This record gives sequence, C-alpha cells and structure tokens, in this order.
Amino acid sequence: MAVVFEKTKALTDLKMHYCPGCAHGIVHRLLAECLEESGDVKDAIVAVPVGCAVFANKYFNFDGIQCAHGRAPATATGVKRVQKDKIVITYQGDGDLASIGTCEIVHAAARGEKITTIFINNGIYGMTGGQMAPTTLPGMKATTAKNGRDPAVNGFPLRVSEMLATLDGPAYIERVSVSTPAQVTQAKKAIQKALEIQKKGLGFTFIEVVSSCPTNWGMTPVKAMEFVREKMIPYYPLGVYKDITAEGGK
Amino acid sequence: MAKGKVTINEDICKGCGLCVSVCPKQVLELSKTKINASGYNPAEAVNDECIACTSCAKMCPDCAITVERF
Repeated sequence: MAVVFEKTKALTDLKMHYCPGCAHGIVHRLLAECLEESGDVKDAIVAVPVGCAVFANKYFNFDGIQCAHGRAPATATGVKRVQKDKIVITYQGDGDLASIGTCEIVHAAARGEKITTIFINNGIYGMTGGQMAPTTLPGMKATTAKNGRDPAVNGFPLRVSEMLATLDGPAYIERVSVSTPAQVTQAKKAIQKALEIQKKGLGFTFIEVVSSCPTNWGMTPVKAMEFVREKMIPYYPLGVYKDITAEGGK
Repeated sequence: MAKGKVTINEDICKGCGLCVSVCPKQVLELSKTKINASGYNPAEAVNDECIACTSCAKMCPDCAITVERF
C-alpha cells in the first residue's frame, strides 16, 4: 500500500482557524506543496495580509511577516530587494489587495518587483463580517448592501487580473479557482509556474484565486462552490492574462 | 474490491462536506453519530469502493485526509 496523498510538511500541525469549507486552507496547502516539491521551503518568505488570512504565517512552515493592511506588496518589495535569493510571496484577500491596498499592488506590479502575489477573490470582506468589497458582484448581498450591490450607487466590481495585465511590469498573471478537484490541480500548476518565473527573476507574478466565503455568503460550503462556478467565474473568467514566457509573449 | 483507502483525521475535520460532494464513488459521508471536540460531525468512509483518486483530499481545506492506494 502506498500513500498517494498526505499533508505536506511545509504546513505546520496547527489547526486552521478558518470557517468550515473556507478555501483559504486549500490555497495554503497548494502554496506549501509547491514550495516543498521545489525544495524551496527554507528559502521562502510569505507576507501575509490583514483579513481572515492574518494568521496564515502560523500555518506555513517557513518565514512570514504580518503586514499592515494592504501593504504586503510594499513589505515584500523591501524583503526581495535585500534578499534577492529568497522566494518572496504575498498572500492577500480582496478587501486587502483590491481596496485599501490597490495602490501598493498596482505599483509593485508596474515596477515589476520580482515577487509572487496570491490574491484570494471571494467578493466579500470575511473577517469583519461580510461587508461589500470592491469585488462583490452586482446584485450580491452584503451587510453594507442589503438589497444587493447596485452598480448605479456602488460602482462596478474590479477585475484585478485584467487591470494588472495592461502593465509592462508583470511577467505572469493567471486567474484560477478551487471549486472542483480539476481546478485545484490547475491552481497548483499556476502557482508552480509563478514561483518558477520568480526564481528566474523575470518580473512580477500574480495568481488570482476565485474563492468562496460560505459563512458570509450565507450558504453551505458545497453551495458556495456552486455559486463560484455559476456566478463568480462568469464575471471573473479563468485563464492566463499575461505570460511573457509564452511564444510571442502574450 | 477496494483500490484505495481514505483516512480522515477526525479531530481537525470541520464537517464542511466538500469531500463528500466530489467523491465519484460516494465513499464518504458526514458522520451521523460521531462529533469531534470542536462540535463538528466529521466525514467518514461508509463503503470500500475507494479508487484512490484523491479528489476528496484535494478539496479538503484542512488537510484532514490521507489517501493510500493498494
């Protein structure tokens, strides 16, 4: 009998504090597995956000820094510039990255900082109790949009991957999801590729993960994953938005 | 004849049911009798049809599943 799947050693044994069915745990595991498989665990430094993932560095068996709200790309910039041989990752949610941290992520991408950002987009503020985020879908209910987001009042959601793909600094941008096992496999490949590009020093790499928030969406975890497939992905299409390593440099 | 075996770490399982929803052989169910220290009904294997596809483990947010293949 052979073990074909077990918990990666790049995660600690600490029980995660996330709600049942929260996809943060899946993405934490993917990042940890990628670093373990490439042998980079001891060289990795993760800059974690404010939000539900604020304690993420306790779950990773590598170095981490807890950053000011939205400022993980700025912190990571400093870390990478003085420790060029380290793998520097920022792990951020949508309230952190697409709202208060928009400035930092746009300019880190524009400068082509040689870091990797993992962006969890679940369309809501999780930790603070379900307020409307910049990524909340039109019509989607939140505690600050009781009747659903009205674009006439609240504006339209941000598509961060598309926005950053217009810049010259990023080397690789892909949007993935984790709502099915096949999507989880694809998400892992995307993270692997982003980390490889960072190691080659080719530029900024960005992986957006369309994720769920069962608690604040008011759904069971399984229903929330269905919502991701039926509502979130049509608005946030999956795919590669920029890849300078592809033939012709998309 | 089972080709695989899933082992659930019942202490850290939060009973979210994502593993149950993706199993192609309906091997897993949330326990109706067990309850863990955090108050969740953990997932458990209810038959021996497992094919070791690892779909459940890939979806588990808490790394509570180990899969073995015969």
